[in-house]
This record gives sequence, structure tokens and C-alpha cells, in this order.
Amino acid sequence: MNFHRSRIIIASALAASLSGIAMTAASAEDAPPRQHWSFAGPFGLYDEAQLQRGFKVYREVCSTCHSLKLLSFRNLADPGGPGFTEAQAATVAATFQVTDGPNDQGQMFQRPGKISDNFPPPFPNDQAARAALGGKLPPDMSVLAKARSYEWGFPQFVIDAFIEYQEDGPDYIHALLNGYTDPPAGFAVPPGGQYNKYFPGGAIGMPKPLSDGQVEYTDGTPATVDQYGRDVAAFLMWAAEPTQDARKRLGFQVMIFLIVFTGLLYLTKKRVWHAAEVDPSLLESRPPTEYPRG
Amino acid sequence: MSGHSTYQPRSPFMQWMERRLPIASLVYSSFVAYPTPRNLNYWWTFGGILAFMLGVQIVTGVVLAMHYTPHVDFAFNSVETIMRDVNYGWLLRYLHANGASFFFVAVYAHIARGMYYGSYKEPREVLWILGVILFLLMIATGFMGYVLPWGQMSFWAATVITNLFSAIPVVGGSIVSWLWGGFAVGNPTLNRFYSLHYLLPFIIVGVVVLHIWALHMVGQNNPTGVEPKSDQDTVSFTPYATVKDSFFIGLFCIVLAWFVFYIPNYLGHSDNYIMANPGQTPTHIVPEWYYLPFYAILRAIPSKLIGVTALASSIIILAFLPWLDTSRVRSANYRPLYRQFLFIFFIAVIGLGYLGSQEPVGGYVIAARILTIYYFAYFLIILPLLGLFETTRPLPNSISESVLRSGVPVGASAPPPSGARR
Repeated sequence: MNFHRSRIIIASALAASLSGIAMTAASAEDAPPRQHWSFAGPFGLYDEAQLQRGFKVYREVCSTCHSLKLLSFRNLADPGGPGFTEAQAATVAATFQVTDGPNDQGQMFQRPGKISDNFPPPFPNDQAARAALGGKLPPDMSVLAKARSYEWGFPQFVIDAFIEYQEDGPDYIHALLNGYTDPPAGFAVPPGGQYNKYFPGGAIGMPKPLSDGQVEYTDGTPATVDQYGRDVAAFLMWAAEPTQDARKRLGFQVMIFLIVFTGLLYLTKKRVWHAAEVDPSLLESRPPTEYPRG
Repeated sequence: MSGHSTYQPRSPFMQWMERRLPIASLVYSSFVAYPTPRNLNYWWTFGGILAFMLGVQIVTGVVLAMHYTPHVDFAFNSVETIMRDVNYGWLLRYLHANGASFFFVAVYAHIARGMYYGSYKEPREVLWILGVILFLLMIATGFMGYVLPWGQMSFWAATVITNLFSAIPVVGGSIVSWLWGGFAVGNPTLNRFYSLHYLLPFIIVGVVVLHIWALHMVGQNNPTGVEPKSDQDTVSFTPYATVKDSFFIGLFCIVLAWFVFYIPNYLGHSDNYIMANPGQTPTHIVPEWYYLPFYAILRAIPSKLIGVTALASSIIILAFLPWLDTSRVRSANYRPLYRQFLFIFFIAVIGLGYLGSQEPVGGYVIAARILTIYYFAYFLIILPLLGLFETTRPLPNSISESVLRSGVPVGASAPPPSGARR
């Protein structure tokens, strides 16, 4: 039996199967371009001003159709967020009408929002949203930035683990808002749909939501769709992960502790094993053990 | 192979206790005086890491269960409440989710070490089979845990995996309804998965006790595969193994913390942040990464029944490894051919894992079939024949001989003695 030959056969079969992988690998021309995010990387934190601008875009544009059910008005004043004061957050809340009840007469009623309320949805239920929007249901935006991603494939997904990149969600939102272009030749846009080069399948139900100058910025930031997209994507990332800043701060402390502690454990291990080598009597002073196969 | 218990209780209370429940001497003989081969390398620390991770998963899991609501209408939002409003809830959840992944990292390293050094061979067959049972329990527990957040991937993974049982002839359909508690994956399914996800870890603890008991009957294998013959071949568990395990647990925690604090969603799937919707199938259903090699085997075979049989066999076959490997030499260090086939096997498993994450089209299907054939051929053809034909390298007479010959004790990273430091 010739093992060398069989090994060569197996190795070439495996190599053939791996080249099959390489051939089918998808091209990445519709990949959302990566943006520079203040909250990327191990020390990246949210930019307060950007979150405030993004909130303004959400409130004036997105919130007409998209709910943000899991976010509460009090979150606007939480540390690591847009940096509103409690009074400001309460003022924002009061501009929304919230359904409450039932009251003593058994009736549901409308009242101004309180800081403890969650953002009220623009439609009372999914059916109402569909009825108003030609059968389309806009997704809730609470965790949208974590619910969207892009498969970069090998080797990028390995590299991302080392460079700690996980901002594919905001990248996608930014790209989508800037992805309304003319459809390529031969692309049939379905009735009531729009072409968007970053939307899976190309046909999106949402009409182009933003145009230059639509939302007024008071801090001198350019009022462009590109900037709106970046700001609202950052805001939605915060809405999806409001504890991120706390996580990264604690993470740094935990890392320092673990590295120092593990270093000490290494030195202890070295000392203990070294002592046994220098003085083997440390090992031989033990009570005898029976070894069955000795 | 346990050493004679030399535990002598000093305090009157412990003497009183020793005559009634000798738990202190049991712990002493098992975790202090227990002789462990002196040449163990760092691959032997994964057992301790697994015990540590089981503890982490149970502690974080019990606290998460205090805040989680097992109901199809509330499960998704209750997980988000944990993330947003429970104190350090994000830490508990990310530790638990990434902890599950790292539990599997450790178990795969532990299994790979067992395969490389022939740790399943006589007299460690029962120890190995208990390990395979633990692996199966982990797979079941991990799968049910993934269903609990009730996202799109949770729901559809539950649908796909429970549907596998429908491939069983005659009774398949009834088994699936029985698993679901209805005619589709729904609230009863979520409730029973939650119940079992809470129960199985404690069964794992029980089997771990048996696993350690079996280990202490036969003693640890070691990189030479030659059994310890005298006290020169061993060191006591404490402090030598304890401090070495602790150091590596520390390193393991650093990697775990990297994921938990900086890329906590890297190992998950973004679709699981969309609430489960039975009316909308995701374009591409994938299980968690640690099941991908087995998922690739399932999809490589066009027939559902044969595919499911292959999936189950690919794990069950591990239990027969002690008898499929006919070689008398344990360690791959002395088996040059086995070593190469084993490394090809590891690469094939990683390749299957990659293929499991891709859509089953074109070249991917062919590649998955080739690797699946190698997976089974490795166990059923290569291992039985290799033991009969392979020329192995000479084994050392004892552990201490191999340690002294190489100059540096394999287990120790300290330089050779060149004058005492202090």
C-alpha cells in the first residue's frame, strides 16, 4: 500500500475543493463604503453633537414613518448619549402625543409625552402603517443599526476581528440613504418601488427620504444628504446600543486588570516550576503513589 | 491512580468532620495531591478552561433568567430590556452569548488535543465517551439558548433543526409535532426550549463530575503517550497544574474580553436583531458558527434522510474512535503518517465550517461533498488501516527520560537550571 500516493491524491482533492471556494466567492462592488465613525475602535465614543444632529434628522424626517419603540425619552439624557439635560428631554417628550389609559370612564386618551415614556409609534399598528403607505411596512428603528450588516467574506471578516470593526450597520444605513441612483440598463423597477444600489435586490419601497438642505443645521455642519446620512446612522447606532460608551470604558479597565493579573500568574507559574527543577527533592518528598502500569 | 490520601485534619472540627463526611480528604486527594504528568503542555489546560467557562455560563445564565420573559410576544423585547435597563445587563448578555462561543472554542481545542495525543485509547475509552456525551449536551444546550432571544435566526434555526426529525420514516412527523408542542414553532416550543436550556447545564455538571471521576481513575494522558511509571514522571496537581491552568485561563479571558467589550456582535448574526417573523424567511439561514461544519455535512447530501443520518453520524462516530484507531501508539508525535492525516482532517473540518456559512451553490456543494467524504473516510478507512501499516517512531522509556533528553522539561517554560536563582 503506497501511503505517499494516497496522500497526494487526498491533498489534490482537497486543493481542488478549496479552489472551488475561491471561484464562487462573490464580488464586492455593491459593498457599503466604510465611513469614519467616532465610535469605531476600542476607544471610540459617540459624538454628542453628531447624535443631536442625527436625532434632529430622525425627528423631522424618519419619524413620520419609522417607529423607535424601544427608546425612551429619558435615554436622551443618559450619559453616553446625545447629552440632553433632563429638562430638555422632558421638553422633547412633551411635543409628542402619547396614548394612555384606560381612564376612569374606561376610555383611552391622548396626553403629552412624559420623560418616562417610550417614543410613540407614528402608526397605531402595522396594519395602519401598511394602509397609509401603500402596503409597505417601515421597520422599527430601535435596533436597526445592529440588524443590518454586510458579508465581506474571507479574509476581511478575519481582519475585522483584529481591527475591531463592527460598524457595518451604520455604514449600510449611510450608504442606503445615498444609494438612490438611476437603475442600471435593463433593471425593471417594480411599481411603487425605487432603485437603490445598496438595498438587497435593488428595489426598495421607501422613496428617497432626504435631499440637500432639507434639515436645518445650526452648528455650521454642511446640510447635505451625505452628512444627514452619516449623522442619522450614528444616532441609530446609539439608539441600538445606548450602553456602548460604558461598555468600552469598562472594557479598558477589565483589559488592564486581566493583562496585569495574567502577567502575575505567568511569573508565579515560572517561579513554581523553576523551584521544582532546581530542587527536585520538592517533587520527591511526596508520599509514594502506586502506578498501575509502572 | 489516585495517590494515597495524606490529608491529616489538624483542627478538631475537621477531624470531627473527617469521621463523618471525608469531603476535605476527597478534595485534597483529587485536586492537591493528585499526580499529574510533568510534561503536560498548554493544550492540557483546556479542561480547566472548560470547567471555568461552564461556571461563567451558569452564573450569567441564572441572572439573565431573572430578567428574561419566555413568551413569543415579549422574549425579544425582554432581551432588549436587559441590554438597556438592567444594571450591567449588556455585560451579562454579551458575556453569556460570547461565552457560549468560547465554550465551543475550548471544547474544540480539548477534542483536537485528545485526537492528536490519542487520549481516547485504552484505558481512557469511557472517559472519552463521557466527553462525547458532554459535547452532545453542549450542542443541544447551545442550540436551545440561541432560540431564546426570538430573533429571525432564532426562529428559523429552530424551524430548520426541529424539521430534521421529520426525515425519520413513519414517526418523523409525530416527533416534530411533539417537539414543537403544536403544528409549528411557537410559544410552546419557546417555553420548553427555555425550560430545557435551564436544565441541561446542570446535567452537564453531573456528567462533568463523571468525566473527572473517570479521569482520576485512569490518570491523564501526556504528550508522549507513555504512562507515568514513578514519582519522577509526575508532579502534584497543586501547585503545578493549578498555577499553569490559572495562567492559561487568564490568557483565555483576555481573548474573551476582547470580544465581549469591543466586538460583542461579531460572532452573532445581524438578522437576530430582527424580531422573529414566521411569515418572512431570511434569505440565508445559518446556524451559529460552532455548528457550521456539521451543517455543511447535512447540506452536502441531497437526500434529507441520508443527510440527517450523516449529520448525526459525524458526531456519534467520535464515540467509536477508541476502536476505529487500531494503532497501539497514542501520541501523534511518534506517528508521522497519522499526524499528517490528522492535520488534513483539521483543515477539512475548518473548510466544512466555511462552506456551512456559504450558500450551497455550484463549487461550494462539490467542495462540501469532497470534504464530507474525507471526514468519514478518515474515521472509517484511514484510521483502521493506518494502525496496521504505519511505522511508528520509537517511544521513550518514560516521561522523565523524554523530559531529560530534550533538555528542557516540556511542561515548563523556564530555562534549564543554570544555577539557582535564590
